[in-house]
Amino acid sequence: MSDTQLYRRLERLAAEMRWHIVRMMGPGKAHHFGGSLSAADVVTALYFYKMRYDPANPRWPARDRFLLSKGHAVPAQYAALAMLGVLALDELPTLKCLGSRLQGHPAMHLTPGLEGCTGALGEGLSYANGMALAGRILGQPFRVYCLLGDGELQEGQVWEAAMTASRHRLGTLTAIVDRNRLKAMDETDRSKLMDPLPERWASFGWAVREVDGHDIAAICQALDWATSPREQPSVIIANTVKGKGVSFLEGNPNFHNGIMTEEQYRAALAELAARRAELEEGG
Amino acid sequence: MAERIETRFAYGEALLELGRQRPEIVVLDADLYKSTRTVLFRDAFPDRFIDIGISEADMVSTAAGMAATGLIPYCNSFAVFITGLCYVPIRTQIAYPGLGVKLIGSSAGLTQGPDGASHQSLEDLALMRVLPNMAVISPADDLETRQATFAIADWPGPVYMRLGRYPVPRVLDASYRFQVGKAATVREEAGAEVVLFATGHMVWKALEAAEILARDHIAARVVNVSTVKPLDEAAVWQAAADVALAVTVEEHSIIGGLGSAVAECLSSRQGAPPLLRLGVRDRFGESGLADELLEKHGLQPDGISSSVRQRLAGREVNQP
Repeated sequence: MSDTQLYRRLERLAAEMRWHIVRMMGPGKAHHFGGSLSAADVVTALYFYKMRYDPANPRWPARDRFLLSKGHAVPAQYAALAMLGVLALDELPTLKCLGSRLQGHPAMHLTPGLEGCTGALGEGLSYANGMALAGRILGQPFRVYCLLGDGELQEGQVWEAAMTASRHRLGTLTAIVDRNRLKAMDETDRSKLMDPLPERWASFGWAVREVDGHDIAAICQALDWATSPREQPSVIIANTVKGKGVSFLEGNPNFHNGIMTEEQYRAALAELAARRAELEEGG
Repeated sequence: MAERIETRFAYGEALLELGRQRPEIVVLDADLYKSTRTVLFRDAFPDRFIDIGISEADMVSTAAGMAATGLIPYCNSFAVFITGLCYVPIRTQIAYPGLGVKLIGSSAGLTQGPDGASHQSLEDLALMRVLPNMAVISPADDLETRQATFAIADWPGPVYMRLGRYPVPRVLDASYRFQVGKAATVREEAGAEVVLFATGHMVWKALEAAEILARDHIAARVVNVSTVKPLDEAAVWQAAADVALAVTVEEHSIIGGLGSAVAECLSSRQGAPPLLRLGVRDRFGESGLADELLEKHGLQPDGISSSVRQRLAGREVNQP
């Protein structure tokens, strides 16, 4: 497969993932639309391009690990796992329903394919460090990917973990920051000074690359850069748009955790379906 | 008097031995390895030891990731920090999925002594006990600490174990065998009028208090409740069913720890005896020597026995 064909395939998969995300959420209930959609291209690149992962055996000890530290975006991960066959596609609409194994935030003991429990922000990078350290101690050369929100970086534990990772030279660890510039209420910069973000990570001892988080080719190339042999942990700052793919959600903080009307829901699915069709036609 | 040993020292030695036997044991500490006595493990197994630095939340979350990958992590800090500073990571990442991380809270209780309220953990049993899936253990002496250190490695879920820096004599027989979830009677008297349920350092104090009471012809049974959760409800009820007064003794707030656990157990039974909870009465500690602090809070043998006598005489117990 040529690179062009590969990236077109990944774009189609990302479009499909976005459709599943909105579809499983449905109208009339509050869901984390914005942060799930902003992360979709990164999650696609990880599961369908980068990670050593066997969907038939999600507990394979040598698998690469993907830890979703911004746990509220778990619909993106559920969609990926369903597209891979780890979960059933028709299970997705049970999201957050009583008795479903698809909890509102990741529950590793309930849902196959999840690597940890997250939801309280700020704790995931430490946990990813723990998996990378365990891989070293056990002589398992798997890689660990950890997706954080940019608002999440306001939690101090992230920076404790950042110092731990560089101290232990966790070259098998890659963090990805979903830099959509919005948190639950409003802009991240309104509460804390976030810039210069790349320099901050670099000063904590990390190798840093910044990409357009909706350019699949750029994300894949950044992941290849991150996984080239190195002693430093690496971080990819993925500049994204919250709610990406549905025009009335894009950049709209009301849909961090918002409710779609029936009309909005139909419009969103139609827009995402049109995008899928456009990519299919383009080959 | 018999040799007195701090439980943290017994733990450090047991952990070293455990490390020799089990390659999946890893140890994390937050810049207190000489105090917590994980220094012995550190020196023997540097590749399985991580001093994460002064970042307790980072430590427990890291340990959770290690447990999810097949290791058995023992996390160490002072009790007040490892339970309080890390509460939500422990809750979300360890207790909720039931990962087998072992949290060791050292220098617990009033007997931490001179450092004062900021360092005297009087709430750790309560904080950990309320978490689903969490086992809570507070060993009485060096023998039990040693056995518990080994036993919790085989307990599949998360554990909080409370240790101290207060030298205590051996109170258990050489034949004693610790089991998670089992309470044991350590003093029995015919026609016992009172049962003292004690945990941690207070087992020793309760035994001495029982001696004082015996001189006054008050027969007291003493039960070591080293597993505060899951509480050995059958043993607690059996020990309380035939007495006129049940008493709990702990170096902890009377809210949420052993006193609450026993109260919850007895309150669900018909014909339970009245319960006197001895411990710290909803207040912070302060700087002082360990023995002075125990004295002030009525937790020395004299204070315990006099509270029991007052209560048996039908008077309100006049505790600080």
